[in-house]
Amino acid sequence: MVSSRDAQPVLLPFRHPRLIKSKTSREGPDRMSDKLKLARQFIQALPHSMALGMELRELGDGSAEITMPYDEKLIGDPKTGVIHGGAVSALMDTCCGAAVMSHPSNPTATATMDLRIEYLRAASPGQAITTRATCYHVTRSVAFVRATATDEDAENLVATATGTFTVEGHK
Amino acid sequence: MSERRKPEPVQVIKQRRDGVLRALVEGVPYIQFLGIQLERRGDELTGVMPYTDQLIGNPILPALHGGATAAFLEVTAIITLSWGLIWEDMESGALDLDNLDGDHLPRLPKTIDFTVDYLRTGLPRDAYARARINRSGRRYASVHVEAWQDNRSRIFAQATGHFVMPQRRG
Repeated sequence: MVSSRDAQPVLLPFRHPRLIKSKTSREGPDRMSDKLKLARQFIQALPHSMALGMELRELGDGSAEITMPYDEKLIGDPKTGVIHGGAVSALMDTCCGAAVMSHPSNPTATATMDLRIEYLRAASPGQAITTRATCYHVTRSVAFVRATATDEDAENLVATATGTFTVEGHK
Repeated sequence: MSERRKPEPVQVIKQRRDGVLRALVEGVPYIQFLGIQLERRGDELTGVMPYTDQLIGNPILPALHGGATAAFLEVTAIITLSWGLIWEDMESGALDLDNLDGDHLPRLPKTIDFTVDYLRTGLPRDAYARARINRSGRRYASVHVEAWQDNRSRIFAQATGHFVMPQRRG
């Protein structure tokens, strides 16, 4: 994967989080394709997230949902085929960052200060992992985020995360 | 007085240790995907993550993706921990050196939790990491790991993790 030049301007969804509304709002086919385009651009702006095959599903009001399809290159335990914790960390980090950027307080940029992940169980080999993050509090300089990850068995969490993120250009 | 054993030739020792380390690292697809290598000085390991564009998380700065940094720290912690577990069997000859595939290598420790502390922006250049095993018990282990780029004293990220140890066979 190479970070292409044309991927740069699409940090835009970061700055206009409201452009991607939650799926509960009613939208015509045109809005729908706009939404998909923006979601794709969001990930395209992050070469590492692109390389891991992440797809943004929802973004807005301090919440984000991202999925990462199963891929053999992500295996951390060759005996079981279970995905490496590091790949789950990358997914959690991306999702938490996205949640911060979509917070109604409109931060212009963010960076991870600290991220703690608890691995509750091994993700089932062959299944995509989906994370949901919520930015539940923002101060002038810090954002507090929680996230969960599941595989196709959405009832049983695979991992949980807690993070603090920097907030830049807070308005 | 007991008879003194002749020390093993240095090449035999190096071949054995480097072979086991290679098998440990090359067996994990995700380590290969990130391009992480582990360098050895005696039993001390240093993780090396050579820079590639796919590790970038913020193309405007540019900066390494926090997730790539976290994965690098976790990989270094797990391999260092496994290396400590395998060392004795490797040196005593209990480990079958001719069959270092996934079925013969010991199982890897499982991460319980991992807390990453991001101290500085990860720059678009090679990163290095070294892990210290705080405690390695029969069932659990606690590992601290630090990563730096240009200057060893300027750590850009550190982490502490807890692991469930693999149960020994037999």
